[in-house]
Amino acid sequence: MFKNVHFSPISMIAVIDYGMGNVRSIEKALDKINAEYLITRTPEGLDKATHILLPGVGHFELGMKNLETSGFVIALNEQVIKKKKPFLGICLGMQLLFKKSEEAPGIPGLGFIDGEVKKFKDIPYKIPHIGWNESRIKEGVKLFEGIENDTNFYFIHSYHATLSEDIPHATTDYGYDFVSAVEKGNILGTQFHPEKSQKKGLQILKNFVGHYDA
Amino acid sequence: MLKVRIIPCLLFKDRTIVKSVRFTDFRMVGDPTTSARVFNERNADELVFLDIMASRNGERPNFEVIEDIAKECFMPLGIGGGIRSMEDVDLLFQIGADKIIVNTALFKDPEFIKEIVNKYGSQAVVASIDVRKKDDVYKVYTCSGEEETSHSPESIVRHCEDLEVGEILLTSIDKEGTMEGYDLELVKMVAKMTKLPVIANGGAGKISDIKEVIKDSGADAVCCASIFFWVGESIITIKQELDKDGIPVRMR
Repeated sequence: MFKNVHFSPISMIAVIDYGMGNVRSIEKALDKINAEYLITRTPEGLDKATHILLPGVGHFELGMKNLETSGFVIALNEQVIKKKKPFLGICLGMQLLFKKSEEAPGIPGLGFIDGEVKKFKDIPYKIPHIGWNESRIKEGVKLFEGIENDTNFYFIHSYHATLSEDIPHATTDYGYDFVSAVEKGNILGTQFHPEKSQKKGLQILKNFVGHYDA
Repeated sequence: MLKVRIIPCLLFKDRTIVKSVRFTDFRMVGDPTTSARVFNERNADELVFLDIMASRNGERPNFEVIEDIAKECFMPLGIGGGIRSMEDVDLLFQIGADKIIVNTALFKDPEFIKEIVNKYGSQAVVASIDVRKKDDVYKVYTCSGEEETSHSPESIVRHCEDLEVGEILLTSIDKEGTMEGYDLELVKMVAKMTKLPVIANGGAGKISDIKEVIKDSGADAVCCASIFFWVGESIITIKQELDKDGIPVRMR
């Protein structure tokens, strides 16, 4: 079913539960690929992990507020920027990696990636962007290893990231090309939901665990 | 390009999956978990699970069965039927639901729908609208088609927009299970009056029915069941035909 990916026997993914949507879908997907994980509501949970996963559905402002009040903003700077632990942000979890968002003017994001999150504008389609759409992979995105270009993933969002720095990424067309996945060294993000994208989505999660060593 | 979603609909009654005709005349078609597993394997774009007796009988959702189904679904899963409290909603999301499908609450407890939207977001809430033609006029029904409401399709759509639900699941009671094709007039009317994505439901008996409702009526997604259970078409055969016709579907 899956392309073989070697898992380090000591891989342990910390899934951050910060009150933004359910983590159950992520758990199910990680169970399916036999990955080791823990769910954590406190920054201490990140210490034990080799990998960090930030899911999330909802508002940018509430997402940042919840990360801030539970101490995750400081902890993520320590674990992801200093210690360089592989990090994957999904949906809102990816958007929070950027400096700011039109959804929450004046609220700074984590700022790990230079760019801004914007609302879909002037497109002849419905918003939110709900459903399956293709990701066109630019060169050098290891997260997509074993996945053909133009594979469909499941999206559900009204805002999308724009990049101000030149890093490997994938784009998707919804009226115009927007950034649907990013890869900046150990920092990864997908606007789509790999945990809801059947086999190809599970392959993305496998690649995250297998290809990025802490 | 965004794809048109093909969504199998599982109707749950007496612990099994059934298929009805015009909301009555139930015939058993299979086991819930097996059905979910098969549709996931065959790359269904999403799955809808409706407990059609829970509301009528005043029961809560069958969490045990839903959890088993969710374990098989690595695609979005919408759950409807008998959901009346925030406690039920929280539990459904915890066991793996992605969308809550509401019907009765649209009429009897709109505040409850607002509460779900506020907590989980618009994208997590689907309004299920059942319509039947009476004296040549479209009327909105609730309680599995048993109760007529005062709503027209237009007024219920505005109500849904006010409540900020994310999508509309539009079912024609007259066409449901008949395999005579979707109610094209109804779907077209609703798709034109709203920016919310419209999932057309009820009537698919052959692939050309699905083509029609997408091309002629502007449905964003189609829900179907009989075409799988009685005709033997699969997600794959349907998508191949749609693809040939230039309709954007997910082939991989």
